[in-house]
Amino acid sequence: MIQASRRSILAAGAALGVAPLSRARAQANTVRIGVLTDMSGTYRDNTGPTSVAATREAAAEFGASHGFAVEVIEADHQNRPDVGSNIARQWYDQGVDLIVDVPTSSVGLAVNQIAREKNKAYINVGSATADMTGPACSPNTIHWAYDTYMLAKSTGGAMVRAGGDSWFFITADYAFGHALERDNAAFVRAAGGRVLGQVRTPFPGTTDFSSFLVQAAAARPKVIGLANAGADTANCVKQAAEFGITRRGIKLAALLLFVNDVQGIGLQTAQGLVCTESFYWNMNDKTRAWTQRVVRRTPTNYPNMIHAGCYSATLHFLKTVAAMGVAAAKASGVDVVNRMKAAPSDDELFGRATIRADGRRLIPSYLFEVKSPAESSGPWDFYKLLQTTPAEEAFRPLAEGNCPLVRT
Amino acid sequence: MLEFLESITGVPTPLLFGQLLLGLINGAFYAMLSLGLAVIFGLLNIINFTHGAQFMMGAFVAWMLLNWLGLGYWWALLLAPLIVGATGVIIERTMISRLYKLDHLYGLLLTFGIGLMIEGVFRNEFGSSGLPYRIPAELQGAWDLGFMFMPIYRGWVVLFALICCLATWLVIEKTRLGAYLRAATENAALVQAFGVNVPRMITLTYGAGVALAALAGVLAAPIYSVNPQMGTNLIIVVFAVVVIGGMGSILGSVLTGFGLGIIEGLTKVYWPEASATVIFVIMAIVLLTRPAGLFGRA
Repeated sequence: MIQASRRSILAAGAALGVAPLSRARAQANTVRIGVLTDMSGTYRDNTGPTSVAATREAAAEFGASHGFAVEVIEADHQNRPDVGSNIARQWYDQGVDLIVDVPTSSVGLAVNQIAREKNKAYINVGSATADMTGPACSPNTIHWAYDTYMLAKSTGGAMVRAGGDSWFFITADYAFGHALERDNAAFVRAAGGRVLGQVRTPFPGTTDFSSFLVQAAAARPKVIGLANAGADTANCVKQAAEFGITRRGIKLAALLLFVNDVQGIGLQTAQGLVCTESFYWNMNDKTRAWTQRVVRRTPTNYPNMIHAGCYSATLHFLKTVAAMGVAAAKASGVDVVNRMKAAPSDDELFGRATIRADGRRLIPSYLFEVKSPAESSGPWDFYKLLQTTPAEEAFRPLAEGNCPLVRT
Repeated sequence: MLEFLESITGVPTPLLFGQLLLGLINGAFYAMLSLGLAVIFGLLNIINFTHGAQFMMGAFVAWMLLNWLGLGYWWALLLAPLIVGATGVIIERTMISRLYKLDHLYGLLLTFGIGLMIEGVFRNEFGSSGLPYRIPAELQGAWDLGFMFMPIYRGWVVLFALICCLATWLVIEKTRLGAYLRAATENAALVQAFGVNVPRMITLTYGAGVALAALAGVLAAPIYSVNPQMGTNLIIVVFAVVVIGGMGSILGSVLTGFGLGIIEGLTKVYWPEASATVIFVIMAIVLLTRPAGLFGRA
């Protein structure tokens, strides 16, 4: 009895020892992409399963005709830097060649560190913080679809020009909210506007914003800037309508709003809000056709700029790997990222776009206004385009970012 | 007087009144939710960690009734508590009832697990960014109180919550049924010996507690984002309210609910960053000085 169990343990141990070897042999010709994202929290719809679907779509379109196989895996970082770091470390050690998406700035910055440590490639799409290509910039990292500076310049700048020259901020009390408020306040002041005050709201854990909205309205600003995201923004917009704040002529600026958030708030309440994204599914025939392909995989959630970014990033990465060879790509993340920077990315959704030395990909940003229920022609038809900021003006100038890669 | 208030608080008086009122409204939600928890704990000795998920289900059922069956807010106010309460009865009969002889901890873990699973199912089905639900036409608009705009709907929430709390208290303290309930809490075996069907009474009590959570969910649907996580944030605060009020004390949980809502509202003016923490600080102080809670019996 004892012998038998001992033998089975030995056999199992041998099998375990062999398995990684045989897998490693199979892996030599397989490029592995890990989508590290929020599968179970507040950003699930803005990133999550639809990011995975978009990445898989890119891998499927790229095909298997380039002499190597592509495998896409996924994991939930639960919006916690410790969990995200552990998964990233494990993935890179087990032969994952690229980690993509990674929403939530605190997690995004933690993974940035690990990619550099392990010399692997990292394309951040989901995090907002502009520090990713500023003080925290890395030769292993590209920041793909948007950042706080671009949001501030587009939404904040446009509202000041339209006469909204006095602001009050309702800010989520963590790294992302502070960065978004800071970048916006700078644009407001630069355009001659005034910041009348701000209130920092605990994150997470705030459900009722009426108290903060009433405080903001009491300062009599022309614009209340919402430096938060997800359910916080939805709650603010809903409750501002309830307290008649928008009816009294105070405008709301949702400084980070995705098409998915509009679906959650409902057009009746969200109409008239302005927001910035670098992609909208209903822009042209190509974006609509692509969206139909992705929505097959996630029928209840339409893609936003993060999802489109995951697709476009994966495609550019795979093209680069095909050009430089799998072995060379697996050897050094810095080399892959340098090759990705050397040639512009080019796809149906964003067109041609260059990537700067600090890792910032330059694409146009679009200022949208949310349609009224009468203007909307069907499900998910939410935006009308107000204004386009060209790629070379949309982001923070290279010299102002304090990126150590640029100074040398 | 007003100038004096303003000079010591540093906040304009109208704003202060407004914030007190808003705190009272949030307190109404705390009171409704902690009431259900207190009722369940009082009789079942179960710390119902599914409560947040059941609050969320109330809001979602309201949305389903509207979008799938065309039944509006007023129907939801009646039907959602019945539907969610019925699911509570099923959960109690099939699972929780097996744990009464064991330590509190098992009930806590079981209900916590059930809550996580319910939230997971809703997240898979409906995503995380929420669903729109509008304020009923009859309750739209706002009163101008001079010092602030008071949405009619919020006034309704406070009124309705007060009525619910009062009704629950009356049933438990002043009726024959309530007397049975209280007697069963003290000594279930003796009450059963008098011919009262105690297991059925316990099941229905759990159902009623769950229904109260669902009712609060319907009240919340028009003003908070209706999403699968909506209960998680609120429920931790509500547990603190129950602990401060005294586990199982009906009146205690209602009074503490309203009181802490007001304290939290004031914190949002003077130190907004701490507004999510203040209730837990109070909880710590109360536990150190009166371990049974403000209204609890040691």
